[in-house]
Amino acid sequence: MPQIANIVVSILFDGLAYAMFLFIVSVGLSVTMGLMNFVNLAHGAFAMAGGFIVVSLTRSYGLDFISSLIFASVLIGFISVRFERRLYRQLYKATDLEQVLLTIGLAFMAIAAFTYFYGPIPKSVPLPDWLEGNINLGFRAFPAYRAFLIALGVVLIAILWYGFEMTNIGAKIRAAVDNRRMAESVGINVDRLFTMTFGIGSGLAALGGGLAIQLFGLTPYFAVLYLVLFLIVVAVGGLGSLKGTLLAALVIGIVDTGGKYLFPVAGNLFIYAITAMVLLIRPAGFYGRE
Amino acid sequence: MAASDTKPAAAPASARAQAADYLVRRHHFRWPEALPWLIAIACFFLFPERMTFGNQMLVMIMFALSLDLILGYAGIVTLGHAAFFGIGAYTVALASLQLGWSEPISGLFLAGLLAGVVGAVVGWFILRYRGLTLLMLTIAFAAMLQESGNLRADITGGYDGLPGLMFDPLLGRFQYDLYGHTNFIYVLVVLAIVFYLVRRIVYSPFGQALTGIRENVRRMHAIGSPVHGRLVTAYAISAAIAGVAGALFTQTNAYVTLTVFDFENSAKVMVMLILGGTGRLYGAFLGGAVYMFLEDEFSKLSPTFWQLGVGLLLVLAVLFARRGLIGLGEDVRWLFRGGKAGDREGAPPRRFVWKPQHWKELGWSALDGAIIGFVAGFAVNVKFVEFMSTYVTSMPARALIFTVVGAAVAAAINLVSLFWTSRTSVEAKAS
Repeated sequence: MPQIANIVVSILFDGLAYAMFLFIVSVGLSVTMGLMNFVNLAHGAFAMAGGFIVVSLTRSYGLDFISSLIFASVLIGFISVRFERRLYRQLYKATDLEQVLLTIGLAFMAIAAFTYFYGPIPKSVPLPDWLEGNINLGFRAFPAYRAFLIALGVVLIAILWYGFEMTNIGAKIRAAVDNRRMAESVGINVDRLFTMTFGIGSGLAALGGGLAIQLFGLTPYFAVLYLVLFLIVVAVGGLGSLKGTLLAALVIGIVDTGGKYLFPVAGNLFIYAITAMVLLIRPAGFYGRE
Repeated sequence: MAASDTKPAAAPASARAQAADYLVRRHHFRWPEALPWLIAIACFFLFPERMTFGNQMLVMIMFALSLDLILGYAGIVTLGHAAFFGIGAYTVALASLQLGWSEPISGLFLAGLLAGVVGAVVGWFILRYRGLTLLMLTIAFAAMLQESGNLRADITGGYDGLPGLMFDPLLGRFQYDLYGHTNFIYVLVVLAIVFYLVRRIVYSPFGQALTGIRENVRRMHAIGSPVHGRLVTAYAISAAIAGVAGALFTQTNAYVTLTVFDFENSAKVMVMLILGGTGRLYGAFLGGAVYMFLEDEFSKLSPTFWQLGVGLLLVLAVLFARRGLIGLGEDVRWLFRGGKAGDREGAPPRRFVWKPQHWKELGWSALDGAIIGFVAGFAVNVKFVEFMSTYVTSMPARALIFTVVGAAVAAAINLVSLFWTSRTSVEAKAS
């Protein structure tokens, strides 16, 4: 009996940490897709770029892990805004196909460029002491890094929830996701709102990329390897919904971790099966608008 | 389409006759259509030692053609078409290994039938959805097949694959040779038959309905077209063709692994089609041939370099040549003819006018170029310290050179793109 309880707690804990990573990366994608209906397949590339900036800052410049994370996400946030202004905005009114092609082209280019400079071997980062090892929570010990990830995720969720539900900008974003034309006609500058959320979303993706280094090891293929997972979270959760993205991240994170613990041969089969089931029953995701 | 557009309601009878005439005549064969086939036959005699590569090219062209039917004509965006290619590939492989069914041509039919049936069933479920949901469902389906295949690696061979497949001689007479000469003729003949079928479908009323669904699905609903049924039919046909292409892939390589289901395989075939031009019968041919050739040449230099090239091709195609190489060719021809109205469908002649806002755009693009140049220069410095240090010794000077060059290049690209986009039509999304 304690054996089973132990396994269940492990799965829930690791699944929760994984879900937090998925949420941090996917939330920006979900909101930008909900706002502009823009299919951004280069989102994973922003996360990957953020991860490599963290690697460079910690390894080559001796900056500590936490400041590198902050620096990388701010930098990627600003760079992504230039991408949005320069390339993406030309395709707001284009078809889904053209958006898919442009952004996957960017992702390929990013993979090639980062492979050229960093090589295909997985990278790791030096962690501060307090993130190494385990922490004891009384009844059992947990890996400190995953506990940190969960705590950070909870803090970010609280901040995002406050921003989304309590502030003026959050209200504008919700209005624009609900009905873009109506929001524009009452004087909300949806274009500027989009640029802002795009920057914040990409910054969060970069943060997620930096956090993922310790979980999976970072290679340039991160950009497309986990992209499908982010898209699944967005599609299952519903475009532009904070609640939905969180719920989807939790479901996918815990199911995937559990599946890999209990039936390792099945690989990602569970995730895809769940995705197909949810989307067949609710095509707009958990909290999406039909 | 264009013929009836240019004449307003003033002369309805003649416009109608003109439109009918256009519809009747546009499916007639014209001489340039023989060109790709003549080139293929010429290649058979010119490059007899490259026939295995030629085979792969033809198989991918057929795969791209199957995608064109649903993506180019029906407007179904899918990133999981490799699923049907894989079903076809594994059908002939497993039929040969498990059932001893090694006859190649009946194997093709079996693969096409199976892929078509699966396509019909899956399509019936997923084609109710559009946009991101549909995209995710197609990806999920291909990934699920791949994972299930890996689950039963004892049957499918997993990622190590099933090597050493043996197939009977073609028509009981033509043995497969080491250089793939028999295979090339075999694949070319099958491709010709498939192409003829696709051509018939595209120019049939059914094909017209598909184009209608792509252009405006609401209007097709409104005029009572059975949209879902038509989409499913097209999807099944396309799946069957992809299955035949997959079967040919296995038969010509005598080898198959689970990588045929890869997401990258689905993405690759889409890139080929986009490169050539979607919704154009010969887009798959041009795109497939150009892509395979470039891939072969550049991968020899470095696979990384080729990946950068694919990405760049996609970005450039979307920004400057949305109708692929065929569309680009038409644009260029149109520009040289002085852009007379009615020369090309749906594109009114436009002149390039310099507006004050263009200065602003130029400035922003120069800024972007400067950022890229600065970053790239920094990176290049890291990678080739010796290369730059022999010419420019001081570090700030190097950074400055890269920044300025980046800004200048970006401004130049911006000017060209301004000119180009003002000359070519931009399609708007039907909302």
